[in-house]
Amino acid sequence: MTAIAQSGVAGFLARYAAMRDRLPGDLHQRDAAADAFRRAGLPGAAAGRRSEAWKYTSLRPVADATLLRPATPVAGTGTLQDRIPLADVPRIVFVDGEFHPEVSVVPTALSFTRFADRAEFDALAQPDSEPLVALNTMLAEDGAVLSVAAGVDAGLLLLVNTAINHSSVHPRHAIQLGQGARLTLLELSVGDDSYLHNPVFEIRVGPGAVLTHVRLQDESPEAFHLSTVYVDVAENATYDSFGLNIGARIARTEAHVRLGGPKAIAHLNGAQLLADTQHADFTTVVRHDAPSCVSRQTVKNVLAGRSQGVFQGRIEVARAAQKTDGYQMNQALLLSPDAEIDTKPELEIFADDVKCSHGATVGELDADQLFYLRSRGIPDSEARAILVRAFLTEALEAVSDETVRGVLEAAVARWWERQAA
Amino acid sequence: MLEIRGLSAAIEDKPILQGIDLTVPQGEVHAIMGPNGSGKSTLAYVLSGREDYAVTGGSVTFEGSDLLAMSPEERAVAGIFLAFQAPIELPGVGNANFLRTALNAQRRARGESELDAVQFLRMARAETKRLAMPEEMLRRNVNVGFSGGEKKRNEVLQMAILRPRLAILDETDSGLDIDALKVVAEGVNALRGPEFSALVITHHQRLLDHLVPTRVHVLAGGRIVRSGGPELAHELEAKGYAGMAAEVA
Repeated sequence: MTAIAQSGVAGFLARYAAMRDRLPGDLHQRDAAADAFRRAGLPGAAAGRRSEAWKYTSLRPVADATLLRPATPVAGTGTLQDRIPLADVPRIVFVDGEFHPEVSVVPTALSFTRFADRAEFDALAQPDSEPLVALNTMLAEDGAVLSVAAGVDAGLLLLVNTAINHSSVHPRHAIQLGQGARLTLLELSVGDDSYLHNPVFEIRVGPGAVLTHVRLQDESPEAFHLSTVYVDVAENATYDSFGLNIGARIARTEAHVRLGGPKAIAHLNGAQLLADTQHADFTTVVRHDAPSCVSRQTVKNVLAGRSQGVFQGRIEVARAAQKTDGYQMNQALLLSPDAEIDTKPELEIFADDVKCSHGATVGELDADQLFYLRSRGIPDSEARAILVRAFLTEALEAVSDETVRGVLEAAVARWWERQAA
Repeated sequence: MLEIRGLSAAIEDKPILQGIDLTVPQGEVHAIMGPNGSGKSTLAYVLSGREDYAVTGGSVTFEGSDLLAMSPEERAVAGIFLAFQAPIELPGVGNANFLRTALNAQRRARGESELDAVQFLRMARAETKRLAMPEEMLRRNVNVGFSGGEKKRNEVLQMAILRPRLAILDETDSGLDIDALKVVAEGVNALRGPEFSALVITHHQRLLDHLVPTRVHVLAGGRIVRSGGPELAHELEAKGYAGMAAEVA
């Protein structure tokens, strides 16, 4: 096949037209998604089409980028192992969106199949209302379909996407945990040069099950990372997530979590460390549909240079969701006068017996803390560095698994070294 | 060692200190007592270099150097230590790490060799033991989740490790029960010697029963209104500040 230049909506649609007949799965759903994508376009790319959900993030640069899908790979997988941590942990590795068994170690404690072999779309994703989900549904070729049987603790698993060939990839992942099952998923996104990584996750956490989903977005500084996660959490189940956004030129991590059974729990924590002209958008929607559910969210931002951080958090409480306990906090530390944070918390409550709170803090380093350190003889610049590191350390405390937290800490340390250099 | 001459200071254009004269010779412990709002804490902050106070007049000389021209970290290196009235919490900063960073920053600035982690921990453990503090306090984040008494003890621990030449204790006794009070007093007493001086700011005479001062000064309205020996603290306790103020007037 020949390389197809992809620029803008027309480019993506042309690519769909060219590969449609070879795509796995239900083409009716893909055609419907293509129609939805054609109607919606890329948010912010065309004047006058900016929706409330995309108030602070424009995908104009994505529309303007020329993302080539190479006819033959320009690089091999030889250097991959170096950038994947935790050598003794099972891993499922995708290269440019395609599963690579030779660098993967598929765990035995769960069932893994390729989306390419089944190509079934779950009903959780909403291509009609999310343009990027429509784009993914139209072009998805591969992805991980994971299933943990009832009562099984599947331990820790790495899910990696490495982009090494300048391209756009649209992985479609599905995760299902049976009753009382457990899984800790460390998702790692890395790559070289310029590309678009646009994964969609459809996740069902069964009754009493616990999914810990830790996401390290450490894409190339020229890349676009746009991911959408849909989660349905059953009775007494927990979806415990933490997202660390460090890489990418433009990133948006969007999560739609529905607490569908009584006493379900969702944690949607995260941190964004940005520098230069990076833009990262942490958007979440939590829907409380059942009584006595708990949602917790703390997102911390450290913004240097001319970077822009966005936090949009929405909590919806249905009439039936009495005794809801929702908490949301967004904190930002601005290290430069040119950095910017935009925060939009929203509460939409239809039940009368609920406890929901949200808050945001934006600022520079705390003057009292700085004076305390200096009064002990620590020079001003060193005192400032200690406080920034402390803010970051605290952000990662939400990650309880020490092995996983160690991977994030290493990424934070690398980021900090780059800022200090 | 410490000479304060006609010191005046203001915060947000509101004058607080209005001409303080005070000399603390080397090796002596001086107490400053006074009612709330008399300027005690302001004096402590001005001496340690807090930037939101504006010095509007006077001078402070510490071991022959102009203290007011120095940054907070330079003052610490010179040997000044402020035990905070309300010690600051530092989430995400481990206590041991904090103490070692501070000690090594001071040693580096003085041209002394730095302590490695093992040397430091050995020393810090010995100090915590001497101050009857649980060693676990070294592993926690600085002052986070500490009770009021633990925070004050942690200040004393820092002082014991940093070995200042002049310690300023800003109401370190407030909110302490009698056992904690004794720990604080013993911590300071252990440092006493010809090379160590202290300025003990307190509201009550209670601390001074255990930490007997060389001199006692009464601060009111931003000025030292009386000075005397340790017996002055007892007189104050008997008459109250109002009684003494009436006498002075």
